[in-house]
Amino acid sequence: MEILYENLLNITWQMVVMWIIGGVLIYLAIAKDMEPTLLLPIGFGAILVNLPMSGALEPLETLFNAGIANELFPLILFIGIGAMCDFSPILSNPKLMLFGAAAQFGIFFTLCTASMFFDINDAASIAIIGAADGPTSIVVAQKLGSKYLGAIMVAAYSYMSLVPIIQPPVIKLLTTKKERMIRMPYVEHEVSKLTKIMFPIVITVIAGIIAPDSAALVGFLMFGNLIRECGVLNSLSSTAQNTLANLVTIFLGITIALRMQAAEFLSPNTLLIIGLGLVAFIVDTAGGVIFAKIMNLFLKEGHKINPMIGAAGISAFPMSGRVVHKMALKEDPSNFILMQAMGVNASGQIASVIAGGLILSFFLH
Amino acid sequence: MNFTPMNFVSNLYYMGLGMLGIFVVMGIIILVTMLLDRLTSKKGGSKDNE
Repeated sequence: MEILYENLLNITWQMVVMWIIGGVLIYLAIAKDMEPTLLLPIGFGAILVNLPMSGALEPLETLFNAGIANELFPLILFIGIGAMCDFSPILSNPKLMLFGAAAQFGIFFTLCTASMFFDINDAASIAIIGAADGPTSIVVAQKLGSKYLGAIMVAAYSYMSLVPIIQPPVIKLLTTKKERMIRMPYVEHEVSKLTKIMFPIVITVIAGIIAPDSAALVGFLMFGNLIRECGVLNSLSSTAQNTLANLVTIFLGITIALRMQAAEFLSPNTLLIIGLGLVAFIVDTAGGVIFAKIMNLFLKEGHKINPMIGAAGISAFPMSGRVVHKMALKEDPSNFILMQAMGVNASGQIASVIAGGLILSFFLH
Repeated sequence: MNFTPMNFVSNLYYMGLGMLGIFVVMGIIILVTMLLDRLTSKKGGSKDNE
């Protein structure tokens, strides 16, 4: 009889707190539709690994070593993400990529801020939350041996889903109504199939030469995109976008939860990491907007840029682009900047991966 | 966890280097993309679509 209840005595209040956190993540995923593909498995996993004497730890450890410790899962996921990405808007207007670069400022600002509290490798791993890119966060944190992988992942995916809440107030604070109403005529420019095919190859070569540590991240992303654009691998492209990405996502979330055991997750550091992640997102948004405003100082009337598109330079694709487009429509229902915002958003995808590679180049060796 | 404010200043170097690196890489990608487009595009492929 004793065997049926003796494990109850092993329950600690910390475990109960983690069950509540897991429950909140599941609630947010289901009721609020916040990144459900990842927050739901992470939430369930948080409960699973915090059961007393949990027998799930060993199989999850095996999964962790097989897919996270060697960065396999995030890299495979990148093939799917690359296959989902349509880079046409930036190919027809490549200058938009400058905003993708500017919006990475939050990463480097947060690196400096986090270094006041953490050692430099942990600070760099926390900073990359600002990439708004889950797989890049996993790869960087894992390669740099951060102790805070669980907290970093929860922060990264939570903030990605909170883009519609975080970005608008920052954009409004930094722009005037007149600036938000700036119209940007869209010149539709047909992009040749050859350009679409060459683009992923050229990006891989350039990024691989300048920032060799980004080669895996950029390479897998661009490989997925090449499968999409080549036109002869439609079946593989469809598999990468759907089946492959879904399969990896199922295991990714629940495996990440292994790093959410109460003993390592429940600490003031976790709260600090979540706060620093928010700083990274806010400064990213501000970086893109302010860069656009600076560019406007040098542009003639009629050629000015709606500074809101600068905020779309983060990697949360296509959410950030849509948020900016909706804000422009709210100010002026006849002002369509969707294509420009999506172009900037797609360039944010590339820039954040390159930023991750640069961070690795600085601190891995 | 130690609070070391001076680390912010000492790591500004990485902020500068990181932003420079991002702009250099993206700048090269922009130039190569424009070149690619110029070499492969057909004449008369643009239309105004406000």
